[in-house]
Amino acid sequence: MNARAEILVPGKGGEGEALVLTAPISFWGGVDPKSGRIADVRHPQHGETISGRVLFLPGTIGSSSASAVLMELVHNGRAPAALVLHEPDAILLLGLIVAREMGWETPMAVQLERDIFETYRGSIAKIAEDGALTIAG
Amino acid sequence: MSLALSAEEQAIAAGKDGAAMAMRIVAESARLLGAPRLIPIASTHIDGALYHGDSGTLFAERLVEGGARVAVRSTLNVGALDLMGCARIRLEEPARGMARRMMEAYRKLGCEQSWTCAPYQAGHRPALGSDVAWGESNAVVFCNSVLGARTNRYGDFLDIACAITGRAPDYGLHRLENRRARLVFDVSGLSPSFLASEIAWPVLGSLYGREVGNAVGVVTGVAKHPGEDALKAFGAAAASSGAVGLFHIAGATPEAPDANTILAGTTAETVIRVTSEMAAKARAGLSTAAASKTIDAVAIGSPHLSLAEFDALERLIAGRRLLVPIYACTGRHALSGLEQGGRRKALEASGVIIVADTCVVVTPIMPELSNGVLMTNSGKFAHYAPGNTGYSVLYASLADCVESAVLGKPRFTDIAA
Repeated sequence: MNARAEILVPGKGGEGEALVLTAPISFWGGVDPKSGRIADVRHPQHGETISGRVLFLPGTIGSSSASAVLMELVHNGRAPAALVLHEPDAILLLGLIVAREMGWETPMAVQLERDIFETYRGSIAKIAEDGALTIAG
Repeated sequence: MSLALSAEEQAIAAGKDGAAMAMRIVAESARLLGAPRLIPIASTHIDGALYHGDSGTLFAERLVEGGARVAVRSTLNVGALDLMGCARIRLEEPARGMARRMMEAYRKLGCEQSWTCAPYQAGHRPALGSDVAWGESNAVVFCNSVLGARTNRYGDFLDIACAITGRAPDYGLHRLENRRARLVFDVSGLSPSFLASEIAWPVLGSLYGREVGNAVGVVTGVAKHPGEDALKAFGAAAASSGAVGLFHIAGATPEAPDANTILAGTTAETVIRVTSEMAAKARAGLSTAAASKTIDAVAIGSPHLSLAEFDALERLIAGRRLLVPIYACTGRHALSGLEQGGRRKALEASGVIIVADTCVVVTPIMPELSNGVLMTNSGKFAHYAPGNTGYSVLYASLADCVESAVLGKPRFTDIAA
């Protein structure tokens, strides 16, 4: 499956095991900022780690501290390899924008229709700096 | 519509200092939000000085190193430490040192040392119709709804970036067309005695937030203005159970002299008729430890207690000694009034632990217990305490909280909805 995703926040291209979430997530309280594990016990992917994965987000629940959690993951070296969002979430992505301003290496965030997310499940997804999203294995 | 920056804004963003960094952060956010331009703001209230990890401290210090200063009046929400030294905070090093550095960096940026989630009761009350950039969900909803100033929910980093640039993205609740009510939340079916009780507003707020999510609604059927502390409790509860940024109460809040005005002549998309069963269910839903025979602590003051609320607390305690502590969270604006006439000393002698500059759900204060039970009259504490403190929660009126603290076990007075 090849798709050209719209770039929301530019960054380093990345590759990693796809993690397709099946429910919206709140980063604040939902993801441990130190380990990158999904900590929300009510979330279907509870216990999975988002670090190093190409993270497909069907939706986000916008706590105003979501940006702080994402920036803390970047700073701790536990960020996802890339973020693929169904729709832009300005509060979450602010974490990447500020991390870039700090001069830290940040993953890129792109926008893609969530109907296509399933085709990446179980694969190694690769995203190029121009937004091309491919299956690498 | 794509974002257009003025020549001045572009010139600032092209720089290398802290102000440039702040302008780029505001502009990038505006682009992601789909805002066509930036607008000037009159003030900010900043929630970003609460420590969540080292990266936030490093960001604030980078702005300080870059010579940045706030361009408009900026108050600070709570931090992770009690700088007034009222309560002992159990935050350990190195987090404690990083939290202190963060609070210090925000002071150096020119923010007022207010350290409260109720800035609107500490003298920061922007004018009706003015554009501001406020953070912290209860402060945002009070600012929009009760003061009628215009703000979106500004989160970490963007709040201070707006303060430094004096600008905010033009979208959402800054625009008049997005402030009108689209649904009606009718409480006229509830008994007047329930509506006059203290628990009505936190309970209804919790129900409202769950029912409306992020929509703008108008509450109808309220005979008289319930008072500012009641609206504070309603908004805080609504903004914890839902993403409520603005509510109206017909006849009470400034943009809604009546329901028709704020519906702007249109028919409501949804009418929620609140029944006594719905209110009773919402009240029960605020408790997670309904069967408990004992309590370990009482916490009040989310949002931070006003002096009027301390008056009520003193009247109810009436000089008695508490068996379990009441943690009373407040800001330093109320503390100065409490010092007069020995009021603080008398409360502490009864067993009240005053917490200033912070609160019991954002930083470790209460002892770590495996099966702790906390009683509270705050819809917001009821929502966050189980996840953030590990205590299960019993929701009750302030009068019942005080009686329970005296007895060391839960006592409830029935108030039928």
